[in-house]
Amino acid sequence: MGIGFEVLDIDLEAEANRICEAIRKGVSLELKRRGVVVALSGGIDSSCVAALSARALGPKHVHGLHMPERDSSGETIKLSKSVSDTFGFDSTVEDITPILEGLRCYERRDEAIKMVFPDFGPGWKSKIVLPGVLDGSAANQSYNVYSVVVQTPGGEILKKRLPPKAYLQIVAATNFKQRTRKMLEYYHADRLHFATTGTPNRLEYDQGFFVKNGDGAADIKPIAHLYKTQVYAMARHLGVPAAICNRAPTTDTYSLAQGQDEFYFSLPYDKMDLCLWAKNHGKAPGDVAGALGLTAEQVERVYRDIDQKRATTRYMHLAPVKCGEIPELDV
Amino acid sequence: MALSPQDVERDVTAFIVENFLFGNAADAPKPATSFMETGLIDSTGILELVAWLEGKYGISVGDDQLVPENLDSVGNIAAFVVRTKGG
Repeated sequence: MGIGFEVLDIDLEAEANRICEAIRKGVSLELKRRGVVVALSGGIDSSCVAALSARALGPKHVHGLHMPERDSSGETIKLSKSVSDTFGFDSTVEDITPILEGLRCYERRDEAIKMVFPDFGPGWKSKIVLPGVLDGSAANQSYNVYSVVVQTPGGEILKKRLPPKAYLQIVAATNFKQRTRKMLEYYHADRLHFATTGTPNRLEYDQGFFVKNGDGAADIKPIAHLYKTQVYAMARHLGVPAAICNRAPTTDTYSLAQGQDEFYFSLPYDKMDLCLWAKNHGKAPGDVAGALGLTAEQVERVYRDIDQKRATTRYMHLAPVKCGEIPELDV
Repeated sequence: MALSPQDVERDVTAFIVENFLFGNAADAPKPATSFMETGLIDSTGILELVAWLEGKYGISVGDDQLVPENLDSVGNIAAFVVRTKGG
């Protein structure tokens, strides 16, 4: 029998109460901190975590951070401030551009792009993209190999596959952004004796869509078990501003506009959610194909891509490899 | 002298052992071992392998050739390289 999007429906009020209880207990009993810091991106996930935290702990025990940088969308800070205003907690603006300049983040990234497009420079924009999972033939699905897309000052769009050295340097340089933000989150968490929050949803957490020791580092991750569809529903239920609830997910990391589905996921988030749910529940591709408007063979490809990304990003979930036993520590 | 699949298999295996296995030849893949199924080489590893193949054999690997049929085992790579060089 066919499965539809209704499988992702949850009792939002009951789930909000359950998460809030987990936040209260987690922060007080496990982490022994007085509140939480939430890095606000203006996106749905951090806004939902902020709303849940304010409800769980009270606004006095939440501190928001707005951390735009040179490549952030112009509306980022307006949206993120609407969240701290709506839920009534204090927040701090930290423009991280000077820190990133000090780290030579942009310079190192641009140096890598110049390996592929030697003329790349001021006035150009860039992003990196994956091939579509549904492109090519079924038996011979393309590897998840990134290409760089640039826009010249004249508006021309050019695309080339990234050689390994350039790819790794672009990723390493842009990862400074997430790691710089996390460093500042810990600064504010330490000065307030608060804990840091992580804001991945289930899709991101499962598929490794985060930076290790960047946005992947956190003391508590309140929505890592919720599919992104459920995060949107929860955010609406909690009163997150409509401008955020109605906004398409972006990475807000590269200078060219970039949807999460072209950067990382093979389908728009709602369809990815349903595929992931169906796979997690042992459903055959044919059971879910109709609701997705795909063939069973296409869903099978998405299933394979899910497995491939789990394998590729497994190391991001791993604790450090220890080469001997330390039985005294119960962690 | 024409390049044989056995030559390429030997060179590719040596590259994998040196670069991905830190010299541990005991874990070297057999010619038919699937990199995807064993998890031996991920997409970044494929990128590294392709860059090395292009330099070593003077070939250019197009985006549409980045598929398991050409690259998912030492044997597939050898056949692909010989086919590309010959063609």
